[in-house]
Amino acid sequence: MVTIEIDGKSYQAEAGQMLIELTDNNGIDIPRFCYHKKLSVAANCRMCLVEVEKAPKPLPACATPIMDGMKVFTRSEKALIAQKSVMEFLLINHPLDCPICDQGGECELQDVAVGYGKDLSRYQEGKRVVFDKNIGPLIATEMTRCIHCTRCVRFGQEISGIQELGATGRGEHTEIGTYIEQSLSSELSGNIIDLCPVGALTSKPFRFKARAWEMQQAETIAPHDAVGSNLYVHLRSKQLMRVAPKENEAVNEVWISDRDRFSYEGLTADDRLTTPMIKQDGNWQETDWETALAFASENLKKLESNNIGALASATATIEELYLLQKFMRGIGSQNIDHRLRQVDFSDQNDAPLFPYLGQAIADLENSDAALIIGSHLRKEQPLLNHRLRKASLNGAKIMLFNPIDYDFNFKIAEKIITTTWVKNLAGIAKALLETEATLLPAKMQELLAEVEITEQQRAIATVLSATQKGTILLGNLATAHPQFADIRSLAAIIAKLSGANFGYCGESCNTSGAWLAGALPHRTAGGKPVEKAGLDAQAMLTQGLKGYILLGLEPELDNWNGVAALNSLKQAEFVVSLTAYKTAAIEEYANVILPISLFAETSGTYVNVEGNWQSFKGIIPPPGEARPAWKILRVLGNLFELEDFEYTSSNEVSEELSEIIGDKLANNKMGWQIPEKLETQEAEGIQRITEMPIYSVDALVRRADALQNTIDAKITKTAHINAKLANQLNVNETSYVQVKQDEIMFTLAVTINDQLPDNAVLIYAGQNATAGWHGQVELSATTEGQT
Amino acid sequence: MSTLLSEQSRTEIDAWIAKYPPEQKQSAVMGALKIVQEANGGYLTTELMDAVAEYLEMAPIAVYEVATFYSMYELKPVGKHKICVCTNISCMLCGSDDIVAHLKQKLNIGFGETTADNKFSLKEVECLGACGGAPMMQIGKTYYENLTSEKIDDILSQLD
Repeated sequence: MVTIEIDGKSYQAEAGQMLIELTDNNGIDIPRFCYHKKLSVAANCRMCLVEVEKAPKPLPACATPIMDGMKVFTRSEKALIAQKSVMEFLLINHPLDCPICDQGGECELQDVAVGYGKDLSRYQEGKRVVFDKNIGPLIATEMTRCIHCTRCVRFGQEISGIQELGATGRGEHTEIGTYIEQSLSSELSGNIIDLCPVGALTSKPFRFKARAWEMQQAETIAPHDAVGSNLYVHLRSKQLMRVAPKENEAVNEVWISDRDRFSYEGLTADDRLTTPMIKQDGNWQETDWETALAFASENLKKLESNNIGALASATATIEELYLLQKFMRGIGSQNIDHRLRQVDFSDQNDAPLFPYLGQAIADLENSDAALIIGSHLRKEQPLLNHRLRKASLNGAKIMLFNPIDYDFNFKIAEKIITTTWVKNLAGIAKALLETEATLLPAKMQELLAEVEITEQQRAIATVLSATQKGTILLGNLATAHPQFADIRSLAAIIAKLSGANFGYCGESCNTSGAWLAGALPHRTAGGKPVEKAGLDAQAMLTQGLKGYILLGLEPELDNWNGVAALNSLKQAEFVVSLTAYKTAAIEEYANVILPISLFAETSGTYVNVEGNWQSFKGIIPPPGEARPAWKILRVLGNLFELEDFEYTSSNEVSEELSEIIGDKLANNKMGWQIPEKLETQEAEGIQRITEMPIYSVDALVRRADALQNTIDAKITKTAHINAKLANQLNVNETSYVQVKQDEIMFTLAVTINDQLPDNAVLIYAGQNATAGWHGQVELSATTEGQT
Repeated sequence: MSTLLSEQSRTEIDAWIAKYPPEQKQSAVMGALKIVQEANGGYLTTELMDAVAEYLEMAPIAVYEVATFYSMYELKPVGKHKICVCTNISCMLCGSDDIVAHLKQKLNIGFGETTADNKFSLKEVECLGACGGAPMMQIGKTYYENLTSEKIDDILSQLD
């Protein structure tokens, strides 16, 4: 530590720390545009010039390292003259269009100009004009306003890891842009809107919708991925106008994903349901809550309780999920599940308390190696991927085990791209077993005895066995695999043998909460096993029940097998759907639809992948007659005269649940069983691979227009195959393939994607109802264009 | 791998790459762009810059930044002789304005333009480090210093 003096007061600081870090931490205001604490120092705007004793000229505070005994003057005449001169230069080319600029009122340039600018310009010449660029559906550009701070350029290089923006030209002719017109492809691109200190980069969906001073700010939690990013929402007269990140170093740092930023558009989608509706004699009619709920309870009461099943989305709050399971168990049914994207439940009794990351989110950065098993992590959990990227930049060896050779924005040390999961994972385990003396159960040793080790498997094992702080992460492609139990078991064994941390990447914003709340057929709240497990999500839909209660779901898109889900629902006698949207499918299979509140409209709690409970308040009123689902479930409980259903706030519900859970913690060290045998046969024929793409994960984001126009959303409409398979099938990118799977046929356009292995086809989930997410399919060329 | 770079170009680029540590291949970008530009008759295309980016494992935009920054790279076709006139401070003080006026009038083109016969292009550049001989211009790889209108007429008449 050294002592320095700033404006006559002395401060303790680390030698070598930049001056601006110290002044920021101590609330000393120094104007700046290019400096940002999460980005490298560029020192190109010169706005933060300060006077330093013995230095002949003012020095930029962002690039001046602290030295012992330094005397700094931030408001001396010399400093102020320098700052004001820089301001004058910055304003030379900046247009005076604040009244029509979206940034007006929250503009760093405007704010600083008030403090350091002159009220008259001495500049007589013509101003520079820069033509705008179209950089995609999310970000609007007005590049004449750009002051070349290069924060957006550095963000691409350093944070999102895809350099797309750059500074072309020189001096007066410098322009920030992509040079050739193209959309930004980063899943974190929206953060440059916050970074831009002027109105050059602003939110396209929000453009010209409201002024900063008309809006109020409220806090909430992001409703999509398992990170649970902290958000600010900005409201104008009870309408949600836009979303911005709220800093939380432990969760999302200062960033949010584009999904969390732009999904709010789905709140006002055209098919939003605003009144309860019931179907009588095949006709839908709007009605009031009393009638709708009475209709629902009367008809549900006619069915045997164990012939009723409840399916919930893990985007529901923990309070809603807890009440739903309490209701189901209250009426005597254990048929409740939220795991719609899973198909192998054989080891569910051994599963941990919830799919836990195995460590704090921030700790991922300190990994020295990681093996990601079955995850397009960049798009599944953008901010977990960002933490691993940081680890990678610090030298960690990140390895992949995936069915598709996805692009990652960091260096991949080793990878196995295969559709033969078990055999390859067993090989890695076996390779570790050779070097690690261990107490592996004899049964497991026996299973591995026959396995042969390939070079790639050994390479991964070698990296893992050398790590001090390794991490094995199971992603959503693993969870959805028909051999999930074996995959989990082998992943856990690999973790155990290498001493690595074992964790799950998480799925939805409240997957952890759904497990804790007991939205499971085999465990009630707090992970307590039930005497006789009910039906899991797939069994409910394949065995066909008479009654269903759906919470926040579009089963034809959300379920592992959309077609099977639709068929069962259509054949059921009575379906109650608590939904925010009225779709053609729901109209066909449901008998009552009850409008629910969505993101920002309800109070509640999400539990993220590290087990962090994050509560939020209802901020805007739901549209029309829509109500928070926890209130609807409470009334349903009352109508069934169930005990202890008298809640007056969502807080009471979460308090009750947290008492039940007590001090139980998730422990991934347990949580797997040894398989009976290892299915190491290579599958025959063409294998289907399914990914739930980033902008289709839930009903809200599926309706966010701007996100649906991004590249990430556009690539999901087609069947992806590699060039070799395309040759065999004699198709190209202008043709279509007919897919035949389990007697179900559908037609898709072709995309040739060499990230796929041989004999595999990638079909995205969440688009149209298709058959199961895995399995053998037949492909044939067809000329038909309809899907 | 893009097929736009000839065997010859690649060999030359490899010689540049060899001058830097293996993990800093992108340091060869200026040399590579010069080689590719010469092989393409004096100018670069987006496709060629993309090919350089791929070869040096850089983001394409990072190559565009370099190519648009330096005046020795051309992004559009230029005439057989590219005349680069310095108008920076020393040359300006020694009369580069007159030199420019004379060139523009003689060739009947402005900065950034090429004569109809594709023989000459005129370009305004920043300091070329020959202040001692100001005013100056560069044609091809040759510097011409202490210019006067007569001298320019003489120089241009000797170029075929």
